[in-house]
Amino acid sequence: MIWSKYSAPQAFYPLAGRLIPWFAAVAIILMVVGLYMGFFVAPTDFQQGESYRIIFVHVPAAWMSMFLYVVMAIWAGVGMGLNARLSFMMAQAIAPTGAMFTFLALLTGAMWGKPTWGAWWVWDARLTSELILLFQYAGVMLLRTSIDDLRRADRSSAVFALVGVVNVPIIYYSVQWWNTLHQGASVSMATGSKMAATMLMAMLIMTIAFWMYSIAVILARVRCVMVERESLPTWDDKPAVIHEAVEAR
Amino acid sequence: MSHSSMWDSISGIIQRDLLLAMRRWSDAAMSVFFLVIVVSLFPLGVGPEPAVLRTIAPGVLWVAALLTCLLSLSRVFTPDYLDGVLEQMVLVPQPLSLLVLGKVLAHWVISGLPVVLLSPLLGLQFGLDGEALGVLVLSLLLGTPTLSMIGAIGAALVLGVRGSGLLVALLVLPLYVPVLIFGAGAVTSSMAGIGGEANLSLLGACLVLSLFLAPWATAAALRVALE
Repeated sequence: MIWSKYSAPQAFYPLAGRLIPWFAAVAIILMVVGLYMGFFVAPTDFQQGESYRIIFVHVPAAWMSMFLYVVMAIWAGVGMGLNARLSFMMAQAIAPTGAMFTFLALLTGAMWGKPTWGAWWVWDARLTSELILLFQYAGVMLLRTSIDDLRRADRSSAVFALVGVVNVPIIYYSVQWWNTLHQGASVSMATGSKMAATMLMAMLIMTIAFWMYSIAVILARVRCVMVERESLPTWDDKPAVIHEAVEAR
Repeated sequence: MSHSSMWDSISGIIQRDLLLAMRRWSDAAMSVFFLVIVVSLFPLGVGPEPAVLRTIAPGVLWVAALLTCLLSLSRVFTPDYLDGVLEQMVLVPQPLSLLVLGKVLAHWVISGLPVVLLSPLLGLQFGLDGEALGVLVLSLLLGTPTLSMIGAIGAALVLGVRGSGLLVALLVLPLYVPVLIFGAGAVTSSMAGIGGEANLSLLGACLVLSLFLAPWATAAALRVALE
């Protein structure tokens, strides 16, 4: 099987269509399992009470927001290096999902902060860097929409995404760099986890669920981008018509 | 390319840009007055209590420096883009990133250096004294070149794009955040008596990193813009 043939949008379009239901199904199943474990199985935290349970959404969302930015930058870099149209389309499709997870992380963080810290928002390093990540997603998307020429829009936002990727390690290491209110990371490679096993399990399941969700949504969006760019028949037509149009090319 | 011809191409660009700026000195004067006005607005808005002003001084001065750099960014590449010189710069055998470095250094001399030179005066307005004033000047001296380097990337990305003034702010300001934190942090920590050395070192690190990476990214953005 030659994988490089799927770098052509014409070949990738039907493949993405076949993959979406699988990723979506796994995402839904894992989300149900993860949320059940997080809300009903995991023990109550002895310091924070029940309010800590938001971390089963908050932490995976924050992880995904940073991870998706890196993935977007990688696709942008591949696009710049190999001049591949599909890479730019992938970068374009990832940005809104990444921005959504960034916003979700900020929102759930605020909901957790109110009962725990007594404030919706504190100017802590990690919160601030997450906010800046949201600005960067906005920058990538707005730069793309401001430029009419597609080729330049692709490449300009790719350069900006690559420049902004410098910020992601700053977010990650900000906990160590600035000594602030935000509690130190509970899961780390060096010391292992300080949480109960079920809590960790629920959080990891939710992370994988968000990951699968991202893949499903991004593949669906990249198909929309293809339809838009390659002037394929619109979604008003039956999907079969689009498949035919793609295969006819 | 030999060492001397590399330096020749950089200094040639710097001399040309400085000469052009001297011929239109009102542009540079505008940034200076903008800085002074923005900084002077804060006491009017916040109130004249010396203790409050001293607390907010590092942040206010640094944000004003950020905005001054931001507003002058459109002058880095746009005139050359409009009259076609930029296209010739892409075509000449000298590496584009070197020419970009020259242009950015010239931009710093025109819009960053006046900020550094004026900052003791503005600091005095806010009641900074002695060591804090020195650290403020030093932090701006280390930080403003970084602002110019990062800003040039944004300026190159939005070249000839509609609504470029606002867009460049949106792109560049998030990237300025570390410089702002370290710069204002250096002054604040020296006022608190713990010395600004750590933050100044981090500013220096930012400068070295941006000197290394930014001209390269700017050159890539210019090539995209001129295709």
